[in-house]
Amino acid sequence: MTDLAEKLTAKDFSSDQEVRWCPGCGDYSILKQVQTVLPELNRPREEFVFISGIGCSSRFPYYMDTFGMHSIHGRATAVATGLKSTRPELSVWIITGDGDALSIGGNHFIHLLRRNPDVNVLLFNNQIYGLTKGQYSPTSEQGKVTKSTPMGSLDYPFNPIALSLGADATFVARSMDRDPKHLQMVIKRGYEHAGTSLVEIYQNCNVFNDGAFEIFTEKGSKKLETIMLENGKPLVFGENNDKGIKLDGFKPIIVDLNDASVNDLWIHDEEDLVKATILSRFYDDPSIEGHFPRPFGIFYVNNKKETFDNLFNAQIAYAKETFGKGDLDKLIAGKETWVVN
Amino acid sequence: MTAHIDKEVESVVIRFAGDSGDGMQLTGTQFTNSTALFGNDLATFPDFPAEIRAPLGTLAGVSGFQIHFGSTRVYTPGDQCDVLVVMNVAALKVNLNGLKKGGVIIVNTDGFDAKNLRLANVPEADNPLKNDSLSEYDVKTIDVTKITRTALADSGLGTKEIDRCKNMFVLGLIYWMYHREMDNTIDFIKAKFKKNEAVMNANIKTLTAGWNYGETTEMFANRFNVAKAKMDPGVYRGIMGNQAATYGLIAAAVKSGLPLFYGTYPITPASDILHELSKYKNFDIKTFQAEDEIAGICAAIGASFGGSLAVTGSSGPGIALKTEAIGLATMLELPLVVVNVQRAGPSTGLPTKTEQADLLQSFYGRNGECPVVILAAQSPADCFIMAYEACRIALEHMIPVFFLSDGYIANGAEPWKFPTAAELPAITVAFAEARNKGDEPFMPYLRDEKLGRPWAVPGTKGLEHRIGGLEKQNITGNISYDAMNHENMVKLRQEKVDRVANYIPAQAIDNGPEEGDLLILGWGGTYGALKTATLQLRGMGYNVSHAHLRYLNPFPSNLAELLGKFKKVVIPELNNGQLVKIIRDKYFIDAIPYNKIQGQPFMAAEVVAKIKEILD
Repeated sequence: MTDLAEKLTAKDFSSDQEVRWCPGCGDYSILKQVQTVLPELNRPREEFVFISGIGCSSRFPYYMDTFGMHSIHGRATAVATGLKSTRPELSVWIITGDGDALSIGGNHFIHLLRRNPDVNVLLFNNQIYGLTKGQYSPTSEQGKVTKSTPMGSLDYPFNPIALSLGADATFVARSMDRDPKHLQMVIKRGYEHAGTSLVEIYQNCNVFNDGAFEIFTEKGSKKLETIMLENGKPLVFGENNDKGIKLDGFKPIIVDLNDASVNDLWIHDEEDLVKATILSRFYDDPSIEGHFPRPFGIFYVNNKKETFDNLFNAQIAYAKETFGKGDLDKLIAGKETWVVN
Repeated sequence: MTAHIDKEVESVVIRFAGDSGDGMQLTGTQFTNSTALFGNDLATFPDFPAEIRAPLGTLAGVSGFQIHFGSTRVYTPGDQCDVLVVMNVAALKVNLNGLKKGGVIIVNTDGFDAKNLRLANVPEADNPLKNDSLSEYDVKTIDVTKITRTALADSGLGTKEIDRCKNMFVLGLIYWMYHREMDNTIDFIKAKFKKNEAVMNANIKTLTAGWNYGETTEMFANRFNVAKAKMDPGVYRGIMGNQAATYGLIAAAVKSGLPLFYGTYPITPASDILHELSKYKNFDIKTFQAEDEIAGICAAIGASFGGSLAVTGSSGPGIALKTEAIGLATMLELPLVVVNVQRAGPSTGLPTKTEQADLLQSFYGRNGECPVVILAAQSPADCFIMAYEACRIALEHMIPVFFLSDGYIANGAEPWKFPTAAELPAITVAFAEARNKGDEPFMPYLRDEKLGRPWAVPGTKGLEHRIGGLEKQNITGNISYDAMNHENMVKLRQEKVDRVANYIPAQAIDNGPEEGDLLILGWGGTYGALKTATLQLRGMGYNVSHAHLRYLNPFPSNLAELLGKFKKVVIPELNNGQLVKIIRDKYFIDAIPYNKIQGQPFMAAEVVAKIKEILD
């Protein structure tokens, strides 16, 4: 990476378009954190491309003064794959939501993760359809009463982190709109990862699903209901950091640190897929007695899987090296010709 | 050694038919290659079931390959065949009505045993070899299986492997009948089985045995000479439609200086374009087998945004899935080529059978006002230049272009007087240039004389901009919900397509006078049949002409004038009447439809009969 002659600021990444999300929407914070992180990446502005699908979150590219495409519903992942494969030197970002990525775009989402092109996915999860004015989404809790489900929704929700791990994603993280520092840290780590980074962001829709994540984001409950993952650190949570998670074989157990030693706790290891898989299942309804706290931070990183764009372009390079630059006349003529006089 | 009388014939149609496991496609292809190298003009028609291995011996499992070759110009695979080779009773049952009265049937008798009769639903008492139902034909019965087994008794191969060589016996015999060289096929066998010498030798031995059988038995009184065709001077090769389309795309990439990105999902009969393209990565050809049709086109749109020559390819059902993304490309005003190798529909339809029923889908099959450019190839070799043209127009006009082919020309073959790279028209592409602070702000929807907008690829300093599927203001590209702006943009996108007419050739009459009683107006893969029919009609003294459209949207600008010079316009199509609707709508002409919807190409005789009916 070359040092930029002129230092960019968050303002340089802000386009001249008026931001039109509802006042109080969690999207404002995410936009701000991205605009804050990008100048720190020491990269020319023209190398950034933001591609979105459809939904409230997908208006995001219009507000970024970078290259951008507001594509069609669920397909930003596919558009981004085509762009990154052919222009691997660009920094490609996918902006998507729970409906866009996990419902209409579910197929492309899992295939993106398994292919592992070096792109960054910011999945704005508000557990509701906002743009279409309030139907349940694939991450809404079962029994959700919405305009389309007056008697409560029947679908069981997707667990985006577990789904991503199941699709062999190489970078899986969760953050929230209400914790700017944490969100910035996770976005930056996602950017630095070579491969697809999946960042699920809990984002409040204050119009159609207000307070969906309140228990995780508000001061009064946050310390007890969340666990902030830090690589190499024990899993500690609680009002006074007085609780922890211990592993009994593959079984996680909540322990009281007044009774147990911090030395016996589960130490978070980002590169351990088995542990990440167990952590991804800390997805209980917080109203259930004995539930686990919801983890935030980086669940899993796999640096060993080659990226799709590298593999894709290595084949092209190998073919050119082995067979030489193609000769069009030879190709058209083929092996057997005859002459008519 | 028996004396055989050599006869000169102008042209011959042979149909090889057998079980889908009998190797009839390979036999046909080999005969085609040798015949092309000999210098005949030719056209072929492979006709096979959708199942890879349809139930053995059944009517549904019959696979056929027809070749028409001659010393005169050949435009179709032939309406009816002179020689029918059948490997079993099912093949005879399916193909007999396509054989000329008095034609030759070469029969593998082993395929007429009790089991094969039962599988083909023929009662044993009705075995056509044992009654007089074939008395109008010249039947040559040979126990190909038995001879092949005897010839290969000491080959060391098992019965199953030996029986797989049967088709080579037939091929050898036909080579003998028509004085063809076998060298090309022997080289092919050597290359194909270079890792298995026993199989290689067995195939060569059986091929030779077939030749010798013709030479030594008295079964065949005649051998036939089909002299070289009088074709335009030049260098030729044989080519199939999908192969030609592939080379056309590659040629456009080379001539435009861009890498080619092909985003697709396997589907019959378009997959061979993916297979072919993926062989040529050294030409900077990037193929992407996506998770579905939608991802295929969306990835292509991403690649186009990034500055590649982007192409997606499919057949009808897949095109239906790509519909929304074609609308996006229309709004983004990025270059994109959409290849549709049409097959019989709707829905899954008849995957291996041909049809021209996606024309209205190409014209109108999207939400909103969404015009795109539409081109169609008229023969296997024509797929080359029309695929190339599709790329040229997409790139130079910043617009999505449909390239229509069909199963018939995609799998058909013909000799091709191919161009050199230097002879191809230039394709001019210029990306928008970088800007510095203080320069005028970049306007992504500022238009040139073609109404194309600048191609501003990510990574170019100062060109940061956002595009999307929402309606946008002209010039700035900013989102706009303004009422008059939307109407203006819809009309601009239409005008942009219409202006392509200034950059395509005028429509010519292919055959016949510039004015007259009747014009046969065709499009796409029916060219050969309509040309042949026109030649026959003119030979009979009818005042008819034939024009064939390859540029369908926009039409060539002289089309109205051309149509106006004929008293009647007949539009034959392999659909339920699609081009005829558009022509009637656009030119207020009482065009007469003539439709065939059987998954099969037109026979020239059918067209001749129809035109005579109209004129007499």
